Amino acid sequence: MAQRYSSFSSGSTAWLLQRITAAFLVVVLAFHFFNLHFVTHAYEIEFAGAQARMQNVGYYVTMVLFLLTATFHGVNGVYNALVNQGIDGVQKRVVQVVLGVASLLLVVQGIRVANTLAGF
Amino acid sequence: MSQSYDRGLIEDFGRWREFTAGMWAWVFHKFTGWVLIGYLFTHIAVLSTSMQGAETFNSTIQGLESLALVRLLEVGLLAVAVFHILNGIRLLFVDLGVGLESQDKSFYASLVLTGVIVVASVPTFVSGAF
Repeated sequence: MAQRYSSFSSGSTAWLLQRITAAFLVVVLAFHFFNLHFVTHAYEIEFAGAQARMQNVGYYVTMVLFLLTATFHGVNGVYNALVNQGIDGVQKRVVQVVLGVASLLLVVQGIRVANTLAGF
Repeated sequence: MSQSYDRGLIEDFGRWREFTAGMWAWVFHKFTGWVLIGYLFTHIAVLSTSMQGAETFNSTIQGLESLALVRLLEVGLLAVAVFHILNGIRLLFVDLGVGLESQDKSFYASLVLTGVIVVASVPTFVSGAF
């Protein structure tokens, strides 16, 4: 008989956002891998090419959304895995702060990189 | 309504011999998820060299790509990403209650398809590295 295993309490906002970001990431992560390993090989990547890609507004917006959704999905996944392992009280608070700060730094730095390549 | 069984805590990894297909899918999804978020931080760090100018960025990427170890790690990353994507699609269906009865078969299908895609991609990933 089938049984469902999930780290998330069904019905919460975080649960829904985890699913919505998943649906987006399935498509964009596959596109990202295909684009930068098969269309352009990883060993062929150069600043000029990255710049040309990022100067396309659609690509820039997609990559920034990719960064935001991947950061949320990944960090929320790690947080829920840790909650599942039984963290509570102060430990839980520390994890929330550390993951929150790490997410913020990652997103800010990622956008700075995208802006550099886009020439903003 | 599907009947539920109490199989105990999956977080108790010492019980791994008793794990069913769905439990292994859960474990693999967690593991690949940890790898992917860890890689995202590394990825942004490497791409940050673009802020030092084109020369630094190009020499960093070319230096990394010239290492056979990096190419092999990229194959590993592909395996991790493909499995997480395929099992993620499976999970989205499971959450919608679609195909619950064959969730074990869809896990095996995710594994096989991951293997096929990764093996087929090896030549592209290691081209010129050896």
